[in-house]
Amino acid sequence: MSALVFDIAHLLAGGLVLVSFLLLYQARLFALLNIFALHAMVLTLSVAWQAYVQDAPHLYVTAVIALTFKAIAIPVALHRIIQRLGIHREIENVVGGGLTMLAGMGLVALSMVVMLRVTASADPLAREDLAFALSVVLLGMLMMVTRRNAVSQVIGFMSLENGLVLAATGAKGMPLVVEFSVAFSILIAFIVIGIFLFRIRERFDTVDIGALDEYRGERR
Amino acid sequence: MAVISDLLIQGVQMAVVLLLAPLLTGFVRKVKARLVRRQGPSVLQPYRDLMRLIRKDVVLAESASWLFRVVPYLVFAATWVAAALVPTFAIGLIFGWTADLIALIALLGSARFFLALAGMDVGTSFGGIGSSREAMIASLAEPAMLLIVFTLALVAGSTQLSTIAAVLASPDVGLRVSLGMALVALIMVALAENARIPVDNPATHLELTMVHEAMVLEYSGRHLAMIELAASLKLLLYVSLIASVFVPWGLTGPGSGPTAYGLAAIAYLAKLAVGGFLLALFETAIAKMRVFRVPEFLGAALMLGLLATLLLFVSRSL
Repeated sequence: MSALVFDIAHLLAGGLVLVSFLLLYQARLFALLNIFALHAMVLTLSVAWQAYVQDAPHLYVTAVIALTFKAIAIPVALHRIIQRLGIHREIENVVGGGLTMLAGMGLVALSMVVMLRVTASADPLAREDLAFALSVVLLGMLMMVTRRNAVSQVIGFMSLENGLVLAATGAKGMPLVVEFSVAFSILIAFIVIGIFLFRIRERFDTVDIGALDEYRGERR
Repeated sequence: MAVISDLLIQGVQMAVVLLLAPLLTGFVRKVKARLVRRQGPSVLQPYRDLMRLIRKDVVLAESASWLFRVVPYLVFAATWVAAALVPTFAIGLIFGWTADLIALIALLGSARFFLALAGMDVGTSFGGIGSSREAMIASLAEPAMLLIVFTLALVAGSTQLSTIAAVLASPDVGLRVSLGMALVALIMVALAENARIPVDNPATHLELTMVHEAMVLEYSGRHLAMIELAASLKLLLYVSLIASVFVPWGLTGPGSGPTAYGLAAIAYLAKLAVGGFLLALFETAIAKMRVFRVPEFLGAALMLGLLATLLLFVSRSL
């Protein structure tokens, strides 16, 4: 395997981690959506490169699915939802920006330590993809934990799923049936979440998750 | 004979940075003025300002100590030495072995330390506020800078600028996402260190927003000339640093002929012009941020540096 092949895979996967950090940092909702679309674009490129390197045509299908669903359909739909909810001007209070970033760095370091140890015998391309995929997943979880707005939690969830796709492509791809079912389950989850968002909004007049805690009688 | 020519080239380098620094400042100001459709002063205006300041008398506050009078020369000397060590048109100069990135940071850090002391020396409130803000920015910018140095040192296997430039100019570096992150982080640190727009406005005299200007408010005459020249040198230093590390093409090695040096000098001037133009473009396009958002800005630089180092570890450990 030439160095350039590995370097490009490294560049794309590293770029995905970087975009995850941008997601963590961005407080404005529309900008967040644009970055999420970028996240999916980088994922598409990464998957397409893996397809080319591994000579696995079915991964191109994965790339096309990522592009159409995650880079185009979901951002556009979320855009509409935000407009219909009338929260497009809201700027979210990201809980302790610097602290979140540090926690994110810690998670990235953790996933690298864990993955590089565990997968010592695997192909370098797969190892590196797995390490980055785990950090993208953990960063997505961190985003779901730190955000209070339901829409940004949804974006955190979707970015987490992007990490899973990256992991699956690195490990010599997954069967096409699984790929399709994952893609459609994500879409269905998205529809359910969309309906749920409107229900929360109807009930509490806000999509701030803090309102739910108060309703349950918990103290913040 | 070889030693004499080496010394000569090193001397030329020291003279070049000193002579070009005000020109770069003037060029950036001119481009900024033209971008907002103003005529702007000539690019030679900083030279005229410096001459005027040197001719003028020094007005000292009654409470000023000896430190206040010494600091401008200290700051100027440290910055000049630092700027003369960065490879501008040639690598492998006779003092090249001292051009260590960590030494460079230490020189700039000590210059800043003395300037902050001088800001507090007279005892006016402006100087104090400037010094405290400068210290805040420095305490955030320097860790970021050190992480960038770690990244470069990991790639090149050395902290010496000549070696780094030589390694990065060679084709076996390959495609490194870490270097891209380090570049962005270095640009952010450079903007903060030089008191450029998103962090500090170099043209303002509005007391609530200024950092660098507040610190040197009490200086006049030749002292102010030294400080202004040091600020210009620092800008030149950072542009040369970015150019020599990330755009190392066109640098000549030791022992090449006059034609090679001429070409390298032209390449260096072109790099400076491009860097100055991009800086002016960026400053015109962006608004200054609140002082309390600076930690976020520099925190992003720190994070990029850290991420670059981490990613590099991954690609090296495979």
